[in-house]
Amino acid sequence: MSVKVMIPTPLRAYAGKRDSAEFSAATVGEALGNLTTEFGELRKHLFTEDGKLRAFVNVYLNDEDIRYLAKENTPTKDGDTISIIPSIAGGYADNAN
Amino acid sequence: MATTLQPQTGAKPATALSNEEILRYSRHLIMPEVGMEGQLKLKNAKVLLIGTGGLGAPLGLYLAAAGVGRLGLVDFDVVDFTNLQRQVTFGTSDVGKYKSEAARNRLSNLNPDIQIESFETQLTSANALELFKDFDIIVDGTDNFPTRYLVNDACILLGKPNVYGSIFRFEGQATVFGMPDGPCYRCLYPEPPPPGLVPSCAEGGVLGVLPGIVGSIQAMETIKLILGRGDSLVGRLLLFDALAMKFRELKLRKNPNCPMCGPHRTINQLIDYYEFCGVRGEEAPESNVQVPEITPRDLKSRLDRGDDLFILDVREPHEYQICNLKGALIPLGELPRRVHELDSSREIVAHCRSGKRSAEAIDFLRKAGFRKIHNLKGGILAWSDEVDPSVPKY
Repeated sequence: MSVKVMIPTPLRAYAGKRDSAEFSAATVGEALGNLTTEFGELRKHLFTEDGKLRAFVNVYLNDEDIRYLAKENTPTKDGDTISIIPSIAGGYADNAN
Repeated sequence: MATTLQPQTGAKPATALSNEEILRYSRHLIMPEVGMEGQLKLKNAKVLLIGTGGLGAPLGLYLAAAGVGRLGLVDFDVVDFTNLQRQVTFGTSDVGKYKSEAARNRLSNLNPDIQIESFETQLTSANALELFKDFDIIVDGTDNFPTRYLVNDACILLGKPNVYGSIFRFEGQATVFGMPDGPCYRCLYPEPPPPGLVPSCAEGGVLGVLPGIVGSIQAMETIKLILGRGDSLVGRLLLFDALAMKFRELKLRKNPNCPMCGPHRTINQLIDYYEFCGVRGEEAPESNVQVPEITPRDLKSRLDRGDDLFILDVREPHEYQICNLKGALIPLGELPRRVHELDSSREIVAHCRSGKRSAEAIDFLRKAGFRKIHNLKGGILAWSDEVDPSVPKY
């Protein structure tokens, strides 16, 4: 089963500049696991050291927040889209360094 | 679901338009969805804009043009030359003026019939409730996490809608928080990201049109709330990808355990949002890393003396094209896997635009065993100011 993981702009730098990636996975957790296996640098941005999804990272299966489904155990089916929705704060973008 | 707002108490609401106003708003008045009733709602509405920058520009312009009767503008900043690329309220002659004041002048010229107040102040936990209480709708056009949580919490405590928009490079988000039956910002993001894990500054920047689009969506949502028309973005997070030119929409649910808007509220007053977000003002990112520094003047005199210094530029290739100090280019993100290209026996001076990324680079090199390393203090900006003004600042 192939699911598409949408990678948001702020995290693309850690994912080979890709905007999405497809994986074979039976659950949301498995898809994210595959994602962070392929792009190791993403791991610390998505997961805590003990492997839990970080509280400020929102993950959606299609248009539903997985917190209101079965979290990482939410089953996926062929053609599903998983979106990682990070907090972005910009309004001015005066923050170049 | 259409949501109607109750007008706030205070001055007697307007019940008629002047002939001049009828002419000005004629393209609204001939639409049945607005009409005289809707235009009077706009005239009696009080909207507070937090931030008059990229998002605030289209917000201010369209809300003033639409005839929102009272607009408050909160911004402590002054107009900078680099703002003009996207903050279309301002003209070149406004550079150096207070943004809220410059915006007020521009909007009063656009519509002299409305009341515009400018507040040249930083929104804080001490003044937010006082500022918000006289307005019906708060529109969040800020640029940082502490202020976003502050705006959210103040809106929930006062029971006011919070029209939210944010942008990053080519992506935008918009929704409406703080309606009685809808979620709040904390339902979506219970915790802010720790400072170290937010996108690095090398990826900053924004295409000027993007805040124009997202701010316009916020303006549309604000007007719909005032009119009580249409389907509001309450409970929906609109995602916009300008590069792909795609809009997507996600369901936002009210978190039953939300400490702010849930049935068992545990946050009953405004808190210290900088502490909550793990940052202390502007200096925070730098204070994390203490590294050996060299000033631009010292670097210049050492180079003039013929000292053997290796200049390492840790910016991105597109920045190198803008200006450079003829250093070797290894972007900060590539440094870990390209560190073998550096000779630890040579003295290395790292620089970036402002000195922050290169401080991280020096910190990394130090941990990798390099000893003869310096960070160019203030980066290429300071080099331009103190050594060579022919180097452009960006």
